Amino acid sequence: MHKVIIPIGPQHPALKEPESFRVVLSGEKILEFGYRLGYNHRGIEKACEARTYIQNIYLTERICGICSHSHSSCFIQAVEEIAGLQVPRRALYIRTIVAELERIHSHLLWLGVAGHEIGFDTLFMYSWRDREVVMDLLAVITGNRVNYGINTVGGVRRDVTPEQAKEILKGMDILEDRTKYYAEIATQETTVIKRLSGVGILSHDDAIRLGAVGPTARASDVRRDTRKDDPYAAYGELDFKVITDTHNDVYGRTIVRVGELMESYKMIRQLLKNLPDGPITVKAPRRIPAGEAIGRYEAPRGEDVHYVKANGTDKPERVKVRAPTLANIQAVSKMLENRLLADLPIIIAAIDPCFSCTDRLTAIKDVEGGAQGTMEWEDLHTYSIRWYRDRGIEFGAANKKLSAMMEGKK
Amino acid sequence: MAHLALSLFYILVFPGLLFLSVFGLAAEYVDRKLYARMQNRMGPPWFQPLADLLKLFGKEDVVPEESNPQIFRLMPVIALTAAVSAFFYIPLWDKNALFAFNGDLIVVLYLLTIPTLTFFLGGWYSTSLYAKIGSVRSVTQLFAYEIPLFMSILSTALLANTWSLSEMTAFYGKNPVYIPVNIVSFFIALIALLGKLEKVPFDIPEAETEIVAGTFTEYSGRLLGFFRLAIDIEAVVGASLLAAVYLPFGLSLPPAFGFLFYVVKVLFMIGLLALLRSVFARLRIDQMVNFCWRYLAPVAFLQLLVTLAVKGVFLR
Repeated sequence: MHKVIIPIGPQHPALKEPESFRVVLSGEKILEFGYRLGYNHRGIEKACEARTYIQNIYLTERICGICSHSHSSCFIQAVEEIAGLQVPRRALYIRTIVAELERIHSHLLWLGVAGHEIGFDTLFMYSWRDREVVMDLLAVITGNRVNYGINTVGGVRRDVTPEQAKEILKGMDILEDRTKYYAEIATQETTVIKRLSGVGILSHDDAIRLGAVGPTARASDVRRDTRKDDPYAAYGELDFKVITDTHNDVYGRTIVRVGELMESYKMIRQLLKNLPDGPITVKAPRRIPAGEAIGRYEAPRGEDVHYVKANGTDKPERVKVRAPTLANIQAVSKMLENRLLADLPIIIAAIDPCFSCTDRLTAIKDVEGGAQGTMEWEDLHTYSIRWYRDRGIEFGAANKKLSAMMEGKK
Repeated sequence: MAHLALSLFYILVFPGLLFLSVFGLAAEYVDRKLYARMQNRMGPPWFQPLADLLKLFGKEDVVPEESNPQIFRLMPVIALTAAVSAFFYIPLWDKNALFAFNGDLIVVLYLLTIPTLTFFLGGWYSTSLYAKIGSVRSVTQLFAYEIPLFMSILSTALLANTWSLSEMTAFYGKNPVYIPVNIVSFFIALIALLGKLEKVPFDIPEAETEIVAGTFTEYSGRLLGFFRLAIDIEAVVGASLLAAVYLPFGLSLPPAFGFLFYVVKVLFMIGLLALLRSVFARLRIDQMVNFCWRYLAPVAFLQLLVTLAVKGVFLR
C-alpha cells in the first residue's frame, strides 16, 4: 500500500496545545513518527533574568497552566537553597497540601482527556465535573483556581485555618468515593480496556534508557519518584507508597494515575492531621547571595528540574527549566512503533504532555569570534564531543567503562 | 391530475421530505439532550438542531480546488434523497406503507446503504488526507456491519415468508406470538444501525481526535448541512425500519393514536442508541471489524437457523 504523510498539528482536535507531529502511514499503520516542538515558545527563561526573585515566582508559576504550583515550588526550592533559608515546617506542610491537591486536579483532568481521546466522552464529562470539587478547594485555601500564588521566598503567603481543613477533608471523602468508581470503569469496561491495554508499550529497559519520568516511567515498573528518592517539602515525614505497575502500556499508566489519586487523598489527610504550629514564613533577603542550585520536584507529570544561578543581586543570572514532558516525549516514538493511527492520540495523551512547558530555545553565540548563527543537533553533538575530548574526557570509552561496571554489578 | 398532486404532497410534505426533516431534527434534539443528560450536562435547547442547520445553510460553500466539484456537490444531495426515498416503503402507523410491492424490503436496505457510499465518494473526491482515511474507514465499516444487519432483517422476513415490509408487519400484527422469536436479531440490528449512523462506539470514520472530521473534513456550509440533515433522516428511517420490523404493535389504532404510538416507538429507538453511545468508548477499526465478523455475524447466522427451525416446525 502506498505511503501517506499526515500532519497531526500544529492545530488538531486531539491536541490541546500547538505542537506538530508528522506521521507516515501505510494504510492505518504508523511507519514513522516525527515531532517538532517550539510552537509555544515564550522566552520565559530569558524573562526570568530581567525580573526580581519575587516577580519570578509568579512568572514561573505561569510556565504551565496545570502544574503551576510545581514550577514555582521547584524554582523557590533552588532559590532557598542558595540563600540558605530554613523554611518553617508549617509552610512546608501547606506547600505539600497544595502540591497534592494540584496532583489530584491534574490526574482527574488527565482521566477526562484520556476518555475523550478514546471517544469516551461520558468519562470526560464525569471526571471533569468532579475535578470542580478540588478546584473549589484550591480556591478556598489559595484564593485562585489555577495559578495559586501561595509560594513566597521563605514560606507561604496564606495560612490554612481549621475550618478550611475541615472543608478539604470533606472534599477528599467525596473524591475518594468518585475515584473508586472511575477505577472500576477504567479497569472493567470492555471497550475502554480494548482501547488501552497493549497500546503504547514501553518496556522497563526502554523507560530507563529513554529517561522517562513520572507516571510514564512508573507504569513500566521503574521506581522513580522524587518525593521518595529525594524528599523535599514535607514528603520525608509522610507515609505513602510509590505506585508502580507492570503492564508497561497505557492501561498501566491509567492504573498508576488512579492509584496515585488514592495515595494523594491519604497524604492530604495525614498532612492536615499533623499540621504543625508556628510561623508560615521567614524573612528572606531581597538580594540572594551568589551561588547556584538545582531544584527537583515531582510534578504530576514527572520530575521537574529548575536550575538557578544567583549573582548577588535581586535578579537571577540564569534560570533553566526542564519540564517533565521533555523527558517523556522521547519515549513516544518508541511507544508508537507498529501501532495504528487510532492509537496515536491516546499514546501521546498517555504521557500527559504539556508542550507549552517544554518549549525551550538554545541559541549559541561564539563569544570570541563574534560570529552568530544557529547550530543544528548534529553540530551540537560533534561540538560537545570535541569540547570534552580537548579536556581529556572520552565519552565513548567512559560509556563502555560504565556499562562494564553495570554488568559487573548485576 | 389530483392523483399526481396527492403523490407530490406525500413525497414533499407529509410524510415526505418536510415531515421527515422536522422529525429528524426533533430526533436529533432528543438524542443530544438524552446524551447530555446521561453525561451530567444540560444539553441544548429544543431548537438547537434547527438553528445549527439554518446557520450552515446561510454559510458559503467552500469547494477544495483539487476536489472533483461535481461529485463533491452532488453527494450530500444523493445522501438526502436516498434516505428520504427509503422512508416511503416502510409501514409507519398503518399496516400498509405509502408505496409497497413485493421486494420493497431489499429496496429499503439498498437505499439505506447509499448514504454510506456517498460519504465514501464525497470524502474520497475531496482529496483531503483526513477525509480519505475517513472514507476508507467508512467503507471498511460498511462491509462489517451490513451483513449482520441484512441477516437479522432476513430472518424476520423468512418467518413472515415475504419480501414486502407491509406484508411482514401484517403477518406479525396477526401473529404477535412470533415477534419474540427474533429478539436476538433486534439487538444485532440495533448495533448495526449504530454502525450505519456512525455513532460511538462505531464513529471511527469521523473520529475527531484522530482524523479531525473524517469524511466531512472539507465540507462546509449548505453541503455539510445537507449531509447532517441526511444523517438525521437516516437515523429516523433506520429507527422506523426497526420499529416496523421488530415492534409491529399498534398498527390498527385510529390514525392519530397510531401516529403518536409510532413517534414514541422511534424515539424509544433513538433513546436506546443514545444510551449505547454514552456507555462505550470508540473502538478501533480492526477491533470493530473483528467484533462484527467474529460475534455479530455468527449470532445473526444462528438466529437465522433458529428462525428456520421455528418456521419448519410451526408454520408448515
